[in-house]
Amino acid sequence: MYVYDEYDQKMVDERVAQYRDQTNRYLSGELPADEFLHLRLRNGLYIQRLAPMLRIAVPYGMLSSRQLRKIAHITRQYDRGFCHFTTRQNIQLNWPVLEQVPDILEELASVQMHTIQTSGNCIRNTTSDQFAAVAPDEIEDPRPWAELIRQWSTFHPEFNWLPRKFKIAVTGARRDRAAIQVHDIGIRLFEKSGQTRFEILAGGGLGRTPVIGTVIREELEPHHLLTYLEAILRVYNRYGRRDNKYKARIKILVRAMTPEVFAEKVEAEWQTLKDGSGMLSEVEIDRVKKHFTEPDYEHLDDHVPEVDDLISDSSGFGAWVKQNVKPHKKPGYCIVTLALKNTAVAPGDVTDEQLEIIADLADKYSFGEVRVTHEQNVTLADVPKKALHDLWSELATASLASPNLGLLTDIICCPGGDYCSLANAKSIPVAEAIQRQFDDLGYLHDLGEMDVNISGCMNACGHHHVGNIGILGVDKKGSEFYQVSIGGSGYEDAALAKILGPSFAQDDVPTVIQTLIDVYLNNRQEDEKFIDTYRRIGIDPYKQAVYANE
Amino acid sequence: MNKIIKDGELVTPEYEIFESGEAKGSIVPLETFLALTDKSNTGVWIDAHEEVETIAAFVQDIPVVALNFPVFADGRAYSSANILRRVCGYTGEIRAMGDVRIDQLEQMSRCGFNAYALAHGQDAEKAMGVLIQGFSYSYQATVSQPALFALRA
Ligand code: SF4
Repeated sequence: MYVYDEYDQKMVDERVAQYRDQTNRYLSGELPADEFLHLRLRNGLYIQRLAPMLRIAVPYGMLSSRQLRKIAHITRQYDRGFCHFTTRQNIQLNWPVLEQVPDILEELASVQMHTIQTSGNCIRNTTSDQFAAVAPDEIEDPRPWAELIRQWSTFHPEFNWLPRKFKIAVTGARRDRAAIQVHDIGIRLFEKSGQTRFEILAGGGLGRTPVIGTVIREELEPHHLLTYLEAILRVYNRYGRRDNKYKARIKILVRAMTPEVFAEKVEAEWQTLKDGSGMLSEVEIDRVKKHFTEPDYEHLDDHVPEVDDLISDSSGFGAWVKQNVKPHKKPGYCIVTLALKNTAVAPGDVTDEQLEIIADLADKYSFGEVRVTHEQNVTLADVPKKALHDLWSELATASLASPNLGLLTDIICCPGGDYCSLANAKSIPVAEAIQRQFDDLGYLHDLGEMDVNISGCMNACGHHHVGNIGILGVDKKGSEFYQVSIGGSGYEDAALAKILGPSFAQDDVPTVIQTLIDVYLNNRQEDEKFIDTYRRIGIDPYKQAVYANE
Repeated sequence: MNKIIKDGELVTPEYEIFESGEAKGSIVPLETFLALTDKSNTGVWIDAHEEVETIAAFVQDIPVVALNFPVFADGRAYSSANILRRVCGYTGEIRAMGDVRIDQLEQMSRCGFNAYALAHGQDAEKAMGVLIQGFSYSYQATVSQPALFALRA
C-alpha cells in the first residue's frame, strides 16, 4: 500500500499543528464558532446528538495492521473502546472530546493517517473496490489512480469551498464494487490496445434527489486524469448552485445544463490546462504504482484436500466459506471478508479488542493489510486457502465469523437517530429487528444474495436508494416512520429503488420485509436472485401483498 | 483609511473601492467598469457570481482586480483568481475583498491572490504570519508553485 514520503508526512504534521492552533483560538474565544465550524468540518469533526464525532480517512479503504492497532489504541484512550466503519470506507469515533482532537490527530499522523477533508463542502475520501488487485475479474488495479487523486485533492486550494461535498469513486473491474454510478464523479478503468484508459461519469449521487451518473467522457488517457478532474471541479465550483443546499450537488448542475452541455463546458475548460503543469508525468505514475506491487505470493495449489473436506463437513465452517470467502486471482489464495453484522451489534461497529485481533490475523494470514468495504465490512484480501480453517476458528472466537456476507442480514446501515443529529429516525434498531426476524441461516442462504440498506434520513448515508430493499427513516408528525423501496442496485447494473407506498411504523418493518420476501419466493424461477425476480415481475405484486389489508 | 496586506506587507491601498465622486483612481463594480469609455487607471471589483472572462480584453491596463467573497464559505472567487492569472494572463494586483478571513489566506495566495482587504475584526499581524508560514509543500500545481510531483521527480 502507499507509504508516505517526507513530503506527505510533513503536510499531515503541519495540518495537525494548524488544527491545534485553530482549536486553541476557538477555545480562547478568538475564533468565532461559525468560522471554527467550517474549519473543524474540513477536519472531520462534527458535533453530533450526544458528542462530537470524528471521521478518520481511510484512503480507498486500505489499512495496515499497524494502523488498525493505532485505531484500537485511540478508541481506548480517547473514546469508549469501539469505532464504526462507514459506507465510504472510513472510520468514525463516536465519543471523542473536542479538546483532545489535536492529540488524536497527532496519534493518527504517527501512522500516516489523518481526518483531512472527511467532511465539509470539499473533495472527500476517494473510494474504490475492496477487492482491488486480487479480484479475478479485474482489468487494472485502481488504487494507484485513487492515490493520485487523493494527493491531488488533498488541500486543493481552489476546491475547499465548493457548493457542496464532492465524492469520487474509482473501479478497475468488470463488477462495479465501488458504486461509481452514484458518485459525483465515477471513474472506470479499461484497457485499449494494452493501454490504460478511463471512462469518466459525472453527476451521480444519492441524497434527496438520487441520480445515476452520466458518461461525460468515454475515453481519457492516463496522464490527463488530474487536469480533467480539475476542469470538472472548476466548472462545478463556478456554476454549481449555492442558494439552496439541497440543489447544490453537481448532479443538479449536470441535469440543469444537460450532460452534453456540461461535458462541453468541461472540455472547453480542460483545453486551457490539459498540457500544463498539472499533467501527470510517467515518472510520477510509476512512482505511485511502485507502492502497489504484488505481495510475495507463494506458489500454491487451489486444491487443498484437508480444507475441502472440512468445507463439506462442518456446517459452521462450510457455511462461512460459502458466503464470506471469494475466489482470488492467484491459485491457492482466497479473499475473506469479515461481516461486521452480528445481531444486536450496530452494523459496522467493532471493539478495540476486535481491531487488535483483526490486525493480528492480517499479519498472520494476509500480508499485514486489510480493506474496509463500503458495505461496512472488513476484507482480508490474501489468505492462503490452506489457512482458511485456522483463520475461521480464530475469527469465531472473536465473534468475527458471522457467515452472512451479502445475505439479507448483512445490512448496510447508517448510524441514524442513535447518534446522528440530522436523523429523522433511528436506523440501528430497525436493522436489529430485521436480523432477529431472519435468524435462520439455512433460510437466508436459500434466499441468496440481496442488499438491504437503511438510512435514517434523506442524506442517504445508508445508500437506501441502491438497496434491493431500501429503508428510509421519515418524520411523520413527530414520530419515526419508515418508507420502504425496492429494486435498487449499486453495481454496474445500477438502478434506483422505487418507493412501495405509504410508510410504516418501526414495529411493522420486519413483517413488511417478510412479505416482500414471500412474494419473491412465490415467484422466483430456478435460482433467480431477489433483484432479478423483481426486474421480471415489476413492483405491483409486492405492493399488492404489502398493502393487501388496506 | 483601512490598510490592506499586499505582497506580504501591511500597506495603505493605492486604490480603494469606489463610493462616490471620481471613478478614475478607484475600484468600480464590473458593470460600471465595462461601461467606461476611458478605463485607464481604474480598478474593477468582481462579485462571486460574475465572470472574470468579461475583462479579459482589458487586463493589460487594469491596476487592480478585487474579487469579492460575499461570505467566506463561498469559494467561487478562488476559481476566478485562477482564471485571471492562468487564462487571462493578468499580472497586476488581485485583491481579496469581502468576508476575507485569515484561515483562508493561504488558499487564496495559492490561487493567485496577492492582496487582502481583511474582514472586520481579523487580526492583520496574525494574517501576515499565516501567509509567511503556510504549508511547506502543495500537491497541486498552483499559480505560484509547480505540482509536488515535479519536485519529487
Ligand atoms: S443518513 Fe441521515 S441519519 Fe443516517 S448518518 Fe446520514 S445524515 Fe445521519
